[in-house]
Amino acid sequence: MTTALTVRTENLSVRFAGVPALDRLDLRLAPGKIHGLLGRNGSGKSTLAAVLAGFCRPDEGRVLIEGGDLGTAQEPYENAVVTSRVCLIRESGDRPDAVQVKQAIGLAAALRPYWDADLAGDLLDRFEVPLNKKIQKLSRGKKSALGVVLGLASRAPLTIFDESYLGMDVPSRNLFYDALLADYTEVPRTFVLSTHLVSEVSAMLEEVVILDNGRLVTQSPVDSLRGRGASIVGPAAAVDKFTAGFTVLAEERLGGTKSTTILGDLDPALLAQATAAGLEIGPVGLQDLFVHLTGARS
Amino acid sequence: MFDDRSPIYLQIAEQIKNDIVTGALAEDEQVMSTNQYAAFYRINPATAAKGFAQLVDEGVLYKKRGIGMFVSPNARDLLRTGRRDSFFADVVDPMIREAKAIGIPLKDILQHIRTYGDA
Repeated sequence: MTTALTVRTENLSVRFAGVPALDRLDLRLAPGKIHGLLGRNGSGKSTLAAVLAGFCRPDEGRVLIEGGDLGTAQEPYENAVVTSRVCLIRESGDRPDAVQVKQAIGLAAALRPYWDADLAGDLLDRFEVPLNKKIQKLSRGKKSALGVVLGLASRAPLTIFDESYLGMDVPSRNLFYDALLADYTEVPRTFVLSTHLVSEVSAMLEEVVILDNGRLVTQSPVDSLRGRGASIVGPAAAVDKFTAGFTVLAEERLGGTKSTTILGDLDPALLAQATAAGLEIGPVGLQDLFVHLTGARS
Repeated sequence: MFDDRSPIYLQIAEQIKNDIVTGALAEDEQVMSTNQYAAFYRINPATAAKGFAQLVDEGVLYKKRGIGMFVSPNARDLLRTGRRDSFFADVVDPMIREAKAIGIPLKDILQHIRTYGDA
């Protein structure tokens, strides 16, 4: 029996000094999956993470968390039953700097109903985080590692990592990815990884949510996003003729040659037609698709 | 390991098929579990499961309940037949197009195939 939680947002808006950080967001995060939350800096990723964890209150609409041992849907804000089951780890740490690592671990153990002390000890060893040091004395990488340990060992039915591993070097990040996948397999739960390092984490994700300017650009299984775009290269007139009717994400011209990036599935008949017209068809990677979907608009 | 440009489950399926065609995976040999596969390649377990499920649907792998997944006894023949069917369209036709574009006469190609193939 899984404890994984489902998240819903309905018409969710959060504003800072009147400026919308999240703008009428309707979302559903299915339970027991690893979701990627992608967006450029300032797109609203961190605000969404904070409002899901009950760190701030929606200005409009609502967040509902349900499933697992929660039963009926509840709002997280000022709700200890929900917030003890939702773990948000942010890069900033959110931990008192003057306490020792072991005290921070003890606090988490007391607050988190699904805390796993063995896992915490094992991860602290593997990331080589010193137990007796004060948090303020840790390097940036070790602070991030401590965050990762707290996030994984909480075994929270909804665990959100908001860019919390950016301070770690590549071997430590790989250690984190391995630990996350191993523990996810053992205790399935709902994960949200917020990041702009798309290519590094994309293989670990099952679903992605892409935000831009506080709005939902798309939510989709990651495998159906991959290969959803195509680049068409060839003589400008032929490219234009072929791409008419498709959503165009980007266009580039070099002399008489044109390259157009489109959104949409190309069935075999269309592919044959393009080849016959002397056009080259290439796939668009997730990272590129992300850049095109959230890029500056003209 | 996997590129970002096509669904990863398809890449997984292709990779396992390749291993079967080349004989790296023998018939009736057990393949890695989806969780082992996911951990090894650092990918989502659901993605790995989808790739394996597709191979079961195609008859390339079969399941033994509670034990794991195995290469079907006829998988290699099945895959080789499939690849033979598309060999001319996938391999030979593009070569002929390229040869015409750069002006290599077909008789030179035939000559090369005879020498290279007999060597």
